[in-house]
Amino acid sequence: MASITSARVLRPVGVAGGLFAFALDVVRGLFRRPFQLREFLQQAWFIASVTIIPTALVAIPFGAVIALQVGSLIKQFGAQSFTGSASVLAVIQQAAPIGTALLIAGAGGSAIAADLGARKIREELDAMMVLGIDPIQRLVVPRVLACMLVSVFLNGLVSVVGVAGGYVFNVILQDGTPGAYIASFTALAQLPDLYVGFIKAAVFGLIAAIVASYKGMSAGGGPKGVGDAVNESVVITFLLLFVVNFVISTIYLQLVPPKTG
Amino acid sequence: MGVEIKIENLTKSFGKQVIWGDVSLTIPAGEISVMLGPSGTGKSVLLKTLIGLLKPDHGSVIIEGTDIASCPEKELYEIRKLFGVLFQDGAMFGSMNLYDNVAFPLREHTKKSESQIRDVVMEKMDLVGLLGAEDKLPGEISGGMRKRAGLARALVLDPEIVLFDEPDSGLDPVRTAFLNQLIIDLNAQIDATFLIVTHDINTARTVPDNIGLLYHRHLAMFGPREMLLASEEPVVRQFLNAQRVGPIGMSEEKDADELAAESGQELPPLPPIPMQLEPSNGIPRRSQREPGAWCRENGVTPPPGSFESSNAGMAPGS
Repeated sequence: MASITSARVLRPVGVAGGLFAFALDVVRGLFRRPFQLREFLQQAWFIASVTIIPTALVAIPFGAVIALQVGSLIKQFGAQSFTGSASVLAVIQQAAPIGTALLIAGAGGSAIAADLGARKIREELDAMMVLGIDPIQRLVVPRVLACMLVSVFLNGLVSVVGVAGGYVFNVILQDGTPGAYIASFTALAQLPDLYVGFIKAAVFGLIAAIVASYKGMSAGGGPKGVGDAVNESVVITFLLLFVVNFVISTIYLQLVPPKTG
Repeated sequence: MGVEIKIENLTKSFGKQVIWGDVSLTIPAGEISVMLGPSGTGKSVLLKTLIGLLKPDHGSVIIEGTDIASCPEKELYEIRKLFGVLFQDGAMFGSMNLYDNVAFPLREHTKKSESQIRDVVMEKMDLVGLLGAEDKLPGEISGGMRKRAGLARALVLDPEIVLFDEPDSGLDPVRTAFLNQLIIDLNAQIDATFLIVTHDINTARTVPDNIGLLYHRHLAMFGPREMLLASEEPVVRQFLNAQRVGPIGMSEEKDADELAAESGQELPPLPPIPMQLEPSNGIPRRSQREPGAWCRENGVTPPPGSFESSNAGMAPGS
């Protein structure tokens, strides 16, 4: 009985360890040649095609909500001239990477987990290993790099669409002054804010792809196993991404002094 | 010319459940061996251990002086180039057509030009009778064709060892018979070591040079075909003749009560040993032995009617 309980309690530790070991294998695979350029381009195209439209659609209300919230809050402080700056800061530092993360995990990651899971249960991965080809190098590394690249691009997309959405809502719904909104952009925001947004997006893409690949490649037990793997990969990715976002944000705020307008 | 596989004291368990323990056998070079066993006795697990996809708990699998069970990953990928494996469902890559599937190992491992690759692929496709289906996707063809395509891919690097995971599962009797003939012809042609995992009795009785039987978490017996087909050992006899009377029950081994109830029953006589399948061109394989040779050498009298037809002793109804 005790052993059953301990096995149950320790199982998550095993999963975490397995995931970490897998991540190390992927890092090692990054440097192994030949690099699978074709697979990389195909995957980048595929991930982009499943994420771009949902991302754009999510980014508009995301930017709008932040603009509305920040706008009304700032009005109460009587600092309307900073509305643009505050919402830009919020969108670029937090909303864009998080929005990207949600879509990369939800659309890109689930597609990767389903694809690799299906290959796993059809024994395609075994067949590949038997043919002397390492699936981590052949399949996972290109997917991880593709996911990182696409998340950085998506982050840019969300930033632009979010800021534009915020502008429209601020100007139309909250009677903001267009000139003041744009003029205040640089009052609080600075270039490192943009850099950290992109770094976050790349890290999120890395985590999403590694978790999805790991879960997909360890799927078992027939079609249901694939479904479970997809489900778990999305949930685990979300959890990890929010924790990592918190950690990166904290470090950033400690390291980079805020711009004093 | 084929390579010998030496398995020593192999033990594998998942968690606390022992799949099989202390399996020791030597699969002779260039011969066809069949590994039999009731469902769920870990035949496929054994196959995957032989190619290093699963790590055993103890023991070793020695191929050309390298221990698959403990060698580093790099050597493992090298030694796997000796292998061709036919997976249960063919394990074709779903995103590529049959031609690209079969060409895949050549493109990854050799520096052959596309026209050389084309020659090799077409030769193997011809061998398994799939010429004309190169452009089909694996999802578009029948299970039997997928298996044959998987076989073509397994053969494309001229393997020294070919492993078959249930080549006859899900195939009709006619296709199974064709596939069995193909296995014999292939062995005559390439002289590689063949290991077939199956629970199809007709395949086991007529195709191999050697038979092994996994049962109740151990290797019950491994040896020449005639030795097992003439064996009076209860498990071997029950399984090879598809009988209900014997130690194997519906779920696992039978309990003491059931066995005691059977103790008075007369066992049906051993059916005659069938002829082994011969290559279709009539030229004997290098590892082929004369019918009845083992029985004569070891002073065993084969059941009456043995070696008269290749259908002798088939399970009723097949």
